Order: sequence, then C-alpha cells, then structure tokens
Amino acid sequence: MKVILQKKRFDPGKLINEFQNKLENAGAMVNFVGIVRNNHKFNLVKLHIEHYPEMTKKSLEEIQLISKKRWHLKDSLIIHRYGDLNINEPIMMVITAADHRLEAFNAAEFLMDYLKSRAPFWKKEFTDDGSVWVSSTESDENSLNRW
Amino acid sequence: MIKILYFSWVRERLGVSEQLIDTNATNIGELIDELKSKDEKYKLTFDDLSLIKIAANQKLVDVRHPLKEVTEVAFFPPMTGG
Repeated sequence: MKVILQKKRFDPGKLINEFQNKLENAGAMVNFVGIVRNNHKFNLVKLHIEHYPEMTKKSLEEIQLISKKRWHLKDSLIIHRYGDLNINEPIMMVITAADHRLEAFNAAEFLMDYLKSRAPFWKKEFTDDGSVWVSSTESDENSLNRW
Repeated sequence: MIKILYFSWVRERLGVSEQLIDTNATNIGELIDELKSKDEKYKLTFDDLSLIKIAANQKLVDVRHPLKEVTEVAFFPPMTGG
C-alpha cells in the first residue's frame, strides 16, 4: 500500500505496470485516473491544487487501510498531485488489486468518494477571465452515504 | 499556544496562512468567537460556519471539539480533491 503526493506529472501507464509486476496472486486490478479538463465557461489556463501536507497523507493512509480491511485488498496505490497543472494532465490515480473484480471496483470507488470529500485538497481554476476556487458539490458529499 | 492554519479562500480572505495564538477558549466554537472578536475580517469569514470545515490535530472535527491536547487547528472550505 502506498500514498504518493507530488508536484510533478506522472505516467499512469508506467505506474500500472509497476504496480501489477509486484502483485502476487491477485485476480483483479482496477484503476481510475482523474484528468484536468476545460469545464469552465472560460478557457482554463491552469488548475492549481492546494493541500494541507500534514493532514493529507495521514487521511489518505487512513482510508486506504479501511479499504484494505473491508475488501481484503492485495494492494492499493493512491497518487495525487498538487501545485500547478495543465489541461489533459493527470491529477490523481487510484489502483486497487483484489482476488475478484467486485472487491477491486468497490474499493476503488470507495477510495475515490472518500478522497473527494475527506482529503484536504482544494482546486483553483485560472481562466482567461480570472481565477475561482472550485466549489464542492452536494453529490460528492452524498456519495459517501452509500458506504 | 495553538497553531492555527488557514487554507484556500479562507486563507485568502484573512490574508494569513498560519498564526500562533494564546487562547482561553476551551473548545473550537469558543476559539472561533475569540477570532471573530479580533477583527471584522474574521467576523465576515466565520459568519457562515456551514461553509467551513475544521481539523484539530489533522482530524476533521466540529465546533464542539475540546481544545485540551490540541496543538494545531485548521480552517478551510469543503475539500475538492480527486
């Protein structure tokens, strides 16, 4: 199990291969990659991600441990970037491995849902019209209830 | 002494990211009241607490959380990672 926080861009394919090469007797592996998109009505110049370093790693390791116990994961990886990001660049990735696909899918969704509303990251969009902090959505908060 | 950290638009509105304060507050709610009495900026920022999340020693808590054994408090908006 690993949590990585970094500024620099990562290569999802490389991480998937490295993760899979270390697995022993897992029948399923699921990955999710979040990507910077131009979802604003103005052109996105960059996405800035702020975080609370002392709390971020701790909170991610905590939800990772909960998911490991609940779905008997063989392994998992959470990587999340901070600082300035450009359109089309990966923001974060979750990889889970388990005996069967249902456990791996559920654990990946659980990690994503918790990460979105419980890990201390904040996105700020810089567009050609100025900058704005991204608001959290009610659906993000509600999606925790299913777990 | 308690270390207080501010993030995202809370930090921007207050114009400060970190401060050390001496406080007589016994819980987070009292600490917020103390901050609000300091200055108009704090009063406005903490006016609607439904917009603000709180962490004590890096764990999410609510305003009733006691300050005993707490060395670090952070105030920030709901998270938007992922």
